[in-house]
Amino acid sequence: MSTYFESYLTVGAFAALGAVLVLVMLGVASVLRPTKPTAEKQLTYECGVDPVGDGWSQTYVRYYVFGLLFVIFDVEAVFIFPWAIQVDELGVFALVAMLFFIVTVIEGLVYAVKKGVLRWE
Amino acid sequence: MSLAEFGIVFLRALMVFGLLLVATIVNIWAERKILADMQARIGPNRAGPFGILQTVADGLKLFFKESITPRKVELGMYMLAPFLAVIPAFLIFMMVPFGRPFTIGGNEVALVGADLNIGLLFVLAMSSMAVYAVVLAGWSSGSKYPLLGGVRATAQAISYEAAMGLAMVAVVVYSATQGDGGTLSLVEIVERQNGTWAGFIPRWNLFPQVAAFVIFLLAIIAETNRAPFDLVEAEQELVGGFHTEYSGMRFAMFFLAEYINIFSMSAIAATLFLGGWSGPTFEDSVPAFISAILPTVWFLLKTYAIVFIFFWLRATLPRLRYDQLMTLGWKGLIPAAVVWLIVSTISMGFRQFGAPWG
Repeated sequence: MSTYFESYLTVGAFAALGAVLVLVMLGVASVLRPTKPTAEKQLTYECGVDPVGDGWSQTYVRYYVFGLLFVIFDVEAVFIFPWAIQVDELGVFALVAMLFFIVTVIEGLVYAVKKGVLRWE
Repeated sequence: MSLAEFGIVFLRALMVFGLLLVATIVNIWAERKILADMQARIGPNRAGPFGILQTVADGLKLFFKESITPRKVELGMYMLAPFLAVIPAFLIFMMVPFGRPFTIGGNEVALVGADLNIGLLFVLAMSSMAVYAVVLAGWSSGSKYPLLGGVRATAQAISYEAAMGLAMVAVVVYSATQGDGGTLSLVEIVERQNGTWAGFIPRWNLFPQVAAFVIFLLAIIAETNRAPFDLVEAEQELVGGFHTEYSGMRFAMFFLAEYINIFSMSAIAATLFLGGWSGPTFEDSVPAFISAILPTVWFLLKTYAIVFIFFWLRATLPRLRYDQLMTLGWKGLIPAAVVWLIVSTISMGFRQFGAPWG
């Protein structure tokens, strides 16, 4: 087997070992620890008073806008990384093209800032 | 694959696991001791010499603590979240070379978990995976504080991940010109930082890429949810944040993951910017055994220098407000990272391809 697949095999073995380690720790603890559940203990924690309403309360929609912006920058990274490792062979043309691309993406960020999307109030 | 090869794979995995667990124990103790010193306290001093066994004692104690499962939790996700926290934390460290390769019985053993040619991308992917653990833990708890903590964590982690990725690209572009073509393998990146400029300045990426280093450092502190960016578990606002409803050993898993993440992200920073294991080995004047160990010592010293910055910041800076955090991320770090990428790319272009008017 080539070293290429061997390294991925190591990654898999490592992930499995990690899962086993967590399982063993949780398993040992579940044998050793006491389990005496009562109704009060199993209440959702809200600083000691009885919980009010449902746990899945509404949250600020603004978080969602940041999620959308992040997708833009992550897709940008998808394009930049392959170029970055081939930067030598691709030469001047690709370098200039990539600069245009990066400036275009940052223009989008500037637009979002000007629109006030990133203001948190 | 022969049995010996499989043995080496297994040996490597065990080596990395051992290193990480010991590092975690030392890290927690070191943090408490350093914070205590900075606040003119004594810190842990009962269990073992200088209280170094305090972490072990705390860990053992958690085995005997009841693990309360509130009635409102979404059980499957609630159980899954600790696994999702710990496994990616382990996997990040796999990519880091922590010493010079050596030979046992004709087989070369590289001191690295696995040398993937997409090493850096794998690191980025795994640090994103860690977000899932926090979000799922927060959501599945069916409680308000964890939910808020989880949502905060997502927004924070994705904001700073963009800056972290862009800082990494600047390093990749730079190191592509330092050797034979570009690479994402951390082993390669370390080897290209071997040697010195003018005989005494080490060829670390830190010096030509100092802005990228600062951006990367801030981003990893935010990514691991440490002070001053620890809004995910801001006690005064959110009780415990995403792990409010976890107790006993399940809580310990999140704690373990946090400290492993600190160590492995510091190791990545040391690898990318401080030359990883490269350093003087004094091959002529000391025994071969010592010069084989020295690279690992350099690596650990550099990593702990960065871990120390984490603790130092925690003792020094107050927590940011959420809008300040987002402003710093989107209007500070990301534009800075993009500008730095453009600057370092253009200067690379001049060095590599010559001036367009020349």
